[in-house]
Amino acid sequence: MRSGGKDHGRRAIVGSDPARPASLGRLGGLGLLSLPLILFFLGPLLALLVRAAPAAVLESLGQEETRLAISLSLRTTFTSTALSVLLGTPLAYLLGRRRFRGRRLLESLVELPTVLPPSVAGVALLIAFGRRSAIGQTLQVLGTPIAFTSLAVVLAQLFIAAPLYVKAAALGFAGLDRELEQAAAIDGANRWQRLRYISLPLTYPALFSGAMLAWARALGEFGATIIFAGNFPGRTQTMPLAIYLGFEIDFNLALTLSVILIATSFLVLILVKTVFQRDPV
Amino acid sequence: MLPKTLRILLTAIVLIGALAAGHSPGQPPAGAATPAPVNVTLNVYAAASLAAAFTEIGRRFSADNSGVKVVFNFAGSQLLSKQIVEGAPADVFASANTAHMTAAAGSGRMGLATNFVLNRLVVIVPTDNPAGITTLQDLATPGLQLLLAAQAVPVGQYALDFLARAGADPGFSPTYQADVLANVVSYEDNVKAVVAKVALGEADAGLVYTTDAVGPDAALVKKIAIPDNLNTLAAYPIAYVADSPQLFWARGFVRFVLSRDGQRLLQNYGFIAAAPATKK
Repeated sequence: MRSGGKDHGRRAIVGSDPARPASLGRLGGLGLLSLPLILFFLGPLLALLVRAAPAAVLESLGQEETRLAISLSLRTTFTSTALSVLLGTPLAYLLGRRRFRGRRLLESLVELPTVLPPSVAGVALLIAFGRRSAIGQTLQVLGTPIAFTSLAVVLAQLFIAAPLYVKAAALGFAGLDRELEQAAAIDGANRWQRLRYISLPLTYPALFSGAMLAWARALGEFGATIIFAGNFPGRTQTMPLAIYLGFEIDFNLALTLSVILIATSFLVLILVKTVFQRDPV
Repeated sequence: MLPKTLRILLTAIVLIGALAAGHSPGQPPAGAATPAPVNVTLNVYAAASLAAAFTEIGRRFSADNSGVKVVFNFAGSQLLSKQIVEGAPADVFASANTAHMTAAAGSGRMGLATNFVLNRLVVIVPTDNPAGITTLQDLATPGLQLLLAAQAVPVGQYALDFLARAGADPGFSPTYQADVLANVVSYEDNVKAVVAKVALGEADAGLVYTTDAVGPDAALVKKIAIPDNLNTLAAYPIAYVADSPQLFWARGFVRFVLSRDGQRLLQNYGFIAAAPATKK
């Protein structure tokens, strides 16, 4: 067992030294064994990109339906991500920094929406916020039905995506060195100052990448949205819904929006990884 | 938890049942040569509105032809025809309209299509009818939450056709079409979603096929008929897929749907029989 020692015995293995990464091609057998799955991921995405003729993509971009879907997706995902950060940060801090009975239960509860099929979330939201529910009837009195509105889209995204932010942020808070906060406290920093000048700056990469992941997930949300919010252009038809229905009537529209979503999601993931790499938590 | 002995007993019964079923001689579709003992899975692509009726038809077909398992892919016809064009392993395609059958036939894969049933449009409202909708004219009352199927779904197009016809009819206000469309809160991706959401009471009314408002959902919705002159009688065509590796069974399934038994079964689910008299 050399687990305690430095990596003398492993120096000879290509690519195992984090300081000197090898190219993928030089990784030999391991690279070869990884290839099937890499190709499997890459194949369909490339096929889609190849199929999307630039001219057709540009033409679809000019269509009102495409623009409505993109603008609705941007508006709703920004709102749901902002809500995730606003409501999720205290919860993440609680989960990451405090020890209390039932913490594991609460943690599992928060993570539940990420493993549930989104269709289950959609049905649950419809029943909870629908016109026949207590919440729905209260709001009905105020004159705001929720189902089939943009608000329903935001709620569906919040339900599915916020847990990703909370989880990432909680991990960030948990990794924070307690002594730094204690030192600041000894120097007379109050609770707010400690949060503002110590905890938040140090966990910023985790919070940021959590928010980006939540945003990307919200952008791709489909199942809960189509059940809870329905499908109405400009009101509840987000990009994934427009892709699904476009597949049936306007294939180019589906291709165009798919290309945009693939590019955006890829950029988000790269960005998240870069932020983490530069400033490891 | 069942007692152990009971579990063993049940397992034994199931096993004996399975063996007995396996030994009974297969009943091939009438009028054709019987191939060797079979172990066939027949992939039937059928419009979502056929789900309940075809599930029973499949059960009957499997019972009549041992060794033939019928697996259904129920979805919007537009999606199914697209899948068939893209080469999906279908053996039979039953579409909710002619256009999507024609689209599928464009792939060169489809056999000759025959209309096997007709369906018609109807308005559904939740049983307690919170919006008090009793006539077709009521659909234009401002502030209703109305559900249609998306235009790509056949029933969605028929609904729009109905609104256009009603708008031109002297019995309706000239702004009827626009008023009703202003009440639409969602164009659902399939007709079953319209029924489900109206049955849940999330919408005040929906436009669906008569056949979607039978079965378990029927207790939760009330129907308002649409007269023939404003209605569209939807013809459902069915065809086997010519490149099916089990063409014999695919044709047998189509023949069963067109047979008197198959037609009677479909009628039980609210369809209007349309098959030409089958030769026997």
